[in-house]
Amino acid sequence: MALGRPAAALRNGVTTTGLRPLAPTPMQTHRLASGGFVDRSRPLPFVFDGRAMTGLAGDTLASALLANGVRLVGRSFKYHRPRGILSAGSEEPNALVELRAGARREPNTRATGIELFDGLVAESQNRWPSLHFDMLAINAWFSPFIKAGFYYKTFMWPASLWENLYEPLIRRAAGLGRAAGEEDPDHYEKAFAFCDVLVVGSGPAGLAAALAAGRGGARVILCEEDFALGGRLLSERKEVDGVEGHVWAARAVAELQSMPEVRILPRSTVFGAYDHGTYGAVERVADHLSVPPGHLPRQRGWRIVAKRCVLASGAIERPMVFAGNDLPGVMLAGAVRSYLNRFAVAPGRRAVVYTSGDDGWRTLVDLARAGVEVAALVDTRPAVDESLIALARSHDVRTVLGAEVLRARGFQSLAAVEIGASDGRIERIACDLLAMSNGWNPALHLTAHLGGRPRWDDSLAAFVPGTVPSGMAVAGAAAGKLALAEALADGVRLGSEAAAACGFAGPAIPVAAETERTGSAPLWRAPKRGANKAFVDLQNDVTVADVALAHREGFRAVEHLKRYTTLGMATDQGKTSNLPGLAIMAALSGRTIPEVGATVFRPPYTPVAIGALAGHHRGKDFRPTRRSPVHAWAQARGAVFVEAGLWLRQQYFPRAGERDWLETVKREVATVRGGVGLCDVSTLGKIDIQGADAAEFLERVYVNGWKSLAIGRARYGLMLREDGFVLDDGTTSRLGEEHFVMTTTTASAAKVMQHLEFCRQVLWPELDVQMTPVTEQWAQLAVAGPRSREALRAVVDNAHDLSNEAFPYLAAGEVTVGGGVPARLFRISFSGELAYELAVPASFGEAAAEAIMAAGAPFGIAPYGTEALSAMRIEKGHVAGNELNGQTTARDLGLGGMMSTKKDFVGRLMAKRSALVDPDRPMLAGFRPVRLSDRLRAGAHFLPLGAPASAEHDEGHMTSAAFSPTLGSWIGLGLIRRGAERVGERVRALDPVRGGDVEVEICSPVFVDPAGERLRG
Amino acid sequence: MRIPCPHCGERDVQEFSYLGDAGVVRPEGSDASIAAMHDYVHLRDNPAGPHRELWYHAAGCHAWLVVTRDTRTHAILSAESARAAGLARRVAVGAGEA
Ligand SMILES: [Zn+2]
Repeated sequence: MALGRPAAALRNGVTTTGLRPLAPTPMQTHRLASGGFVDRSRPLPFVFDGRAMTGLAGDTLASALLANGVRLVGRSFKYHRPRGILSAGSEEPNALVELRAGARREPNTRATGIELFDGLVAESQNRWPSLHFDMLAINAWFSPFIKAGFYYKTFMWPASLWENLYEPLIRRAAGLGRAAGEEDPDHYEKAFAFCDVLVVGSGPAGLAAALAAGRGGARVILCEEDFALGGRLLSERKEVDGVEGHVWAARAVAELQSMPEVRILPRSTVFGAYDHGTYGAVERVADHLSVPPGHLPRQRGWRIVAKRCVLASGAIERPMVFAGNDLPGVMLAGAVRSYLNRFAVAPGRRAVVYTSGDDGWRTLVDLARAGVEVAALVDTRPAVDESLIALARSHDVRTVLGAEVLRARGFQSLAAVEIGASDGRIERIACDLLAMSNGWNPALHLTAHLGGRPRWDDSLAAFVPGTVPSGMAVAGAAAGKLALAEALADGVRLGSEAAAACGFAGPAIPVAAETERTGSAPLWRAPKRGANKAFVDLQNDVTVADVALAHREGFRAVEHLKRYTTLGMATDQGKTSNLPGLAIMAALSGRTIPEVGATVFRPPYTPVAIGALAGHHRGKDFRPTRRSPVHAWAQARGAVFVEAGLWLRQQYFPRAGERDWLETVKREVATVRGGVGLCDVSTLGKIDIQGADAAEFLERVYVNGWKSLAIGRARYGLMLREDGFVLDDGTTSRLGEEHFVMTTTTASAAKVMQHLEFCRQVLWPELDVQMTPVTEQWAQLAVAGPRSREALRAVVDNAHDLSNEAFPYLAAGEVTVGGGVPARLFRISFSGELAYELAVPASFGEAAAEAIMAAGAPFGIAPYGTEALSAMRIEKGHVAGNELNGQTTARDLGLGGMMSTKKDFVGRLMAKRSALVDPDRPMLAGFRPVRLSDRLRAGAHFLPLGAPASAEHDEGHMTSAAFSPTLGSWIGLGLIRRGAERVGERVRALDPVRGGDVEVEICSPVFVDPAGERLRG
Repeated sequence: MRIPCPHCGERDVQEFSYLGDAGVVRPEGSDASIAAMHDYVHLRDNPAGPHRELWYHAAGCHAWLVVTRDTRTHAILSAESARAAGLARRVAVGAGEA
């Protein structure tokens, strides 16, 4: 192949400054000697597929690879066809690589968006064993079998083969990159910002808009997905306000940087538009560094709330569809100009420009300027403006009008194109670069995220923004205004309008630029030859033949076409493929493009790492941890902690020599039942309720009566949801005529608060009652056991009489402890023993715990945890979270008698529904193993003896189980059909998950002290 | 979404919990029928358009709000205190009875 190599402009080597000799690496054979926005004094070594190369600061990985003459960068998803670099932006469908190695390896990263850094390591994807020799390229030979609908048709049955055979096979053969498989070592963060005007994109329209809004004094955030600001002004040679475009852009950026109310976020993609002016953006804070420094997150997920938004996201060029259009060397014309002008890289030595519009002609000028031989310019239009012909002539470029590229040829890389002239003659032109343009699609994705429908514009032959989200205005190319002068004017106007709408009127200073020709007549014909090699969707390997098959088989609506062929469903979401797919379907079915339909765009615009959305919410920081006010005290006492919702609760307090938790728990229970123990119950929800109607309020939210509760007394209460099921339980104490303090279960505290607020504000706003959650204000300590009164006596100030007569069971009141510290004392018992709960202000919690330990020492006091607490409450038949599971009624729990018949309360009527009073419902009962050594387990299902283990014989399940040190065997609580009616009956408790199969006897749920004498003692 | 809480100002939707239709009225009193209660608990309209609905400012002032939201566009047309709205309704009903 004859490659013209004109090129003083092309040179070998990278050391343009001549100061620093480089290690022997492949040369930057395609780097231009001058120009571009790369720093020739800062060479950056990098490795691609194990080959050491060098690029320059300012390169993307794509431009650095092209500079090194690398054209083949990956294999395609399905057919493993060789692929190169198509674009210079985030629309890239082909050049996906695995970036970095080890735990930082990131698959499917677009080489066109990776900012080159020192030591970058990347690998190509979808090739095995190597990029140049890919065994699975044989897929291409079988391509007739992997066409559209292949997955649906081939792998229908038997279903069992999916898991074992099809899926692993498909994943290996047709996969994208590999995930790291290790924990991400970097951190991410979330950030929130509020502004008047959000400008998306820093091209000419975006800069103009940001300047106009900023000059008016508005708070402006300017987001640019690229690391460099300026958009196409960096990629095209255009004058703005009498200076080169990039100079104007740099001045605009400098002015914006000088404005205190303007924040510029480069490397930040606005990926979604959400309701009420909320936008999601991801800032790649440290993606351009090999390892983020410790103080920086790798990425930052932004939630930006903007009063107004100017969307200046530009436009995405459309590829031509012809056989072999996926060969490395076939590129978008705008991308070619970008590599030439911005990155000073010649993507080829001998080029053909192939266009259907005026815009593509600019490419020949930039190619020629860079010294790349332009073999021909092919325009599909039979006639073009004379000025274009003159332009080509002045660069000595041959033009072929009314012609098409029929086929691209080459092995692993473009070597020639076949041109079909209007007279049917076919000509072969050798070239290693084809710069193609079939017009532009406005990047209107964000306008459609809230359901806005794009509108077809016939004159542009493109979808343009239709309805846009409230507060958004679309400027420049994103609105279909492709000419520079128009885009600038649009930006100025919309930027100042947006600022004015926020109360910041400023001058709308016009910006001058030359006019551009933007005429075009896109070619949508489906090629007749090589349809199975003419790619519509490069990332998902969807060809014209696939679209034609979908058409033949009736999948003609756009959503059917997408799903049948997977067109546009890859990680690029069809940025370069949706419209060609629609257009070819339209041509095949004799409809217009808008008749076929427009695909719906959804966030995110480009893929977003989950890490950026999660921020610091991962691992142990996934949710907050709540610690009791006596956490440190318990830790010092050797507590083992257990998670209970957000809380860390003290589970048990092992002592040296104890072999396992059970031995510890047995000792703790024995201590409480025989002497005195101390347990932290601060996590229970506490709600302070006050007001003239406080008692009336409780009357309505609890099933039982409250008006009769005397001041200084506590009562157990049960509340239902309005649908009749139990919501929560706990004791509530009356501290004054209009003052109550309610306790809730630990797990339901927030839910109960919300429910009570609903009752107070929505159901009965006329009641004079106020409530405040005070869980965190009080440390609450249970002191339980026959010696508890004696232990507490030394802690509670002497003025308070603790005798059984003065402070009997269910007494409650305000006391002082430790010489005047205000506290509350409740004589309530979960363990069934003589017991108190002492509440002190949270900051006194640890002091109170220590004082109680000291006072109890003569009686052998020991702290106990939730395990011992739970064992004792099961011994007493008290229900807890396992029984209050949202599916049980008061009746199910044996508490039906609490429901007052003299008043209305939440859930009263619905609890009477026939299914909820069915005598066959599972109801609470106690269970003991028939063979005393057998272990019981919560979760076991009850079956009649001798009945098979099937769902129709299921009679209920064990909700709680514990070893009872008091009884010397395992005991359980459970819900079983007809419940306590069946005391004495034996059933089977089957726990197939853990291999338990135990014969149990149904008994009363109260195992210890059924008369309740101990707690009244 | 952003909800303009009358106490806290415009806040992100993540601070709120949703309940549903603000128009249903609990059948109060001991003579309420189970059928009426069944409707109150279970039956809801699902309008396309403006909808008065209850939101709870859980991570804020703990106020229940009546938010009028267009279910087609998520446009928030108003947000008021549910308690104030309930009291106003009772006054109106009381006046009607008198
Ligand atoms: Zn609020």
